Amino acid sequence: MALRTLAVCAIVCFAAGLSVASFASFREFLPGLLQGALVTIEITIGGCVLAVLVAVPAALAKMYGPRPVRWLAVGYIEIFRGTSALVQLFWLFFVLPHFGILLEPLTVAILALGLNVGAYGAEVVRGAVSAVPRGQWEATVALNMPRTLALRRIILPQALVAMIPPWGNLFIELLKATALVSLITITDLAFKAQQMNQITFKTLQIFTIVLVFYLAISTVITAGMRALENWAARGLARGRQ
Amino acid sequence: MSDKANGPMVRFEKVTKRYGALTVLDALDLEIAPNEKVSIIGPSGSGKTTVLRMLMTLERINDGVIHVDGEPLTHMQKGGGLVPADERHLRRVRGKIGMVFQHFNLFPHMSALKNCIEAPVNVLDLPRKEAEARAAELLDMVGLGDKKGHFPSQLSGGQQQRVAIARALAMRPKVMLFDEVTSALDPELVGEVLNVIRRLGTEHNLTMLMVTHQMGFAREFSDRVCFFYGGRICEQGTPDELFGSPRQERTKQFLSAVLEAG
Ligand SMILES: Nc1ncnc2c1ncn2[C@@H]1O[C@H](COP(=O)(O)OP(=O)(O)OP(=O)(O)O)[C@@H](O)[C@H]1O
Ligand SMILES: [Mg+2]
Repeated sequence: MALRTLAVCAIVCFAAGLSVASFASFREFLPGLLQGALVTIEITIGGCVLAVLVAVPAALAKMYGPRPVRWLAVGYIEIFRGTSALVQLFWLFFVLPHFGILLEPLTVAILALGLNVGAYGAEVVRGAVSAVPRGQWEATVALNMPRTLALRRIILPQALVAMIPPWGNLFIELLKATALVSLITITDLAFKAQQMNQITFKTLQIFTIVLVFYLAISTVITAGMRALENWAARGLARGRQ
Repeated sequence: MSDKANGPMVRFEKVTKRYGALTVLDALDLEIAPNEKVSIIGPSGSGKTTVLRMLMTLERINDGVIHVDGEPLTHMQKGGGLVPADERHLRRVRGKIGMVFQHFNLFPHMSALKNCIEAPVNVLDLPRKEAEARAAELLDMVGLGDKKGHFPSQLSGGQQQRVAIARALAMRPKVMLFDEVTSALDPELVGEVLNVIRRLGTEHNLTMLMVTHQMGFAREFSDRVCFFYGGRICEQGTPDELFGSPRQERTKQFLSAVLEAG
């Protein structure tokens, strides 16, 4: 595991070094691309937070909610999993105004990507919660715990460990999907690169830098999720070397 | 009130449990007196676990009523009749019952002490200090005073089961249910768990209902032994009656088969 992190870091450093050393025009592109990267990061963070915030209640509603609430959750999950992120993006951006709802492009981007990934996340949460052994629920009944307390204190903390790695994958999927937002007038990293490329034709330099940027962001996500996983597993893993 | 004081602690009244077409318990009648220790024995599939699970409200019953400590558990009084219990009623009456499981079911993300204070603090609303003091006392009693900070994964099966017993006792139940609590243990760990149950029997005012395959323990420890067969009590009596001079052919067969197996 440490080896893989090391390898990724090495590649990042190597590519970064290569860019600095061999491209004199590096300085010329950096500020613009950095600007684009910031937008990409902003949408990624916003989308990831929203995804988690909708996934957990959607999963719990689907599993334990009263019937109408369950239907609502199922509807949300199926609609957002069953249609493409691009269509969702367009729908929120071009169709909602017809109903008098006009949102900032950045808001639309975070909403669409967050809700899209949240639908997949809901299934991740549901899988992890149902994977907690039945005996754990039975113990909470035998201790006379109300269901919400049992869920909060006993079931979810155990499910958390199992759901972190798949969430890491979803976050990286979300990062990659941010490249779609240029289609609703947002200048993110990918779009900025295209713009610069069309002006300067320094394709190699520009897209190598862009590659490194994406890789750096996803490496941060991966490392963060691994740290989170270790933290969540600290109790469970103790004594099991 | 006098009924509550002198009546049975647990009473099954014509309780029937079905899974689909399979009738697992057939109009079961069973009364257990306060402080009585009752063992349930019988072949696999005879419904022993189901009896305990219904009493713990882990299974719904299809027919009949279960009473605990003078009031219905599975039902509640409403408009002069009995209607199926709602969650609030269940939670109130269920609080009198504790259960220990075959596979311990400890909370793996909590230390032994935390396992024992989680419900007292959050369900009984005990102050944390008080809950901790009481949990420490109980862990001492089960011989794990020095393992309070250990997680379940750091404990042997016998130790985990003793934590589970302490955890159940921390809720101050009147009735304790034990479902084959030594079956998942290595043979050399069985004794330490049975010793704890022995101590509970003499030092605490508990009504105890246990499903067991430990015939020696059932004979020595129980006030009464019930032999289940096909979802019914085929024969019951004092340990000496049941083990010494069983009357039913099925009881004799079962006992000789079990004794032969060791
Ligand atoms: N959830 C269930 N669905 C369907 N049938 C079940 C279920 N639980 C138990 N049964 C059936 O009910 C019957 C009684 O089961 P129970 O677990 O009470 O037996 P037992 O006497 O405890 O047996 P053992 O000694 O093997 O533990 C068995 O035939 C079992 O297959
Ligand atoms: Mg059983």
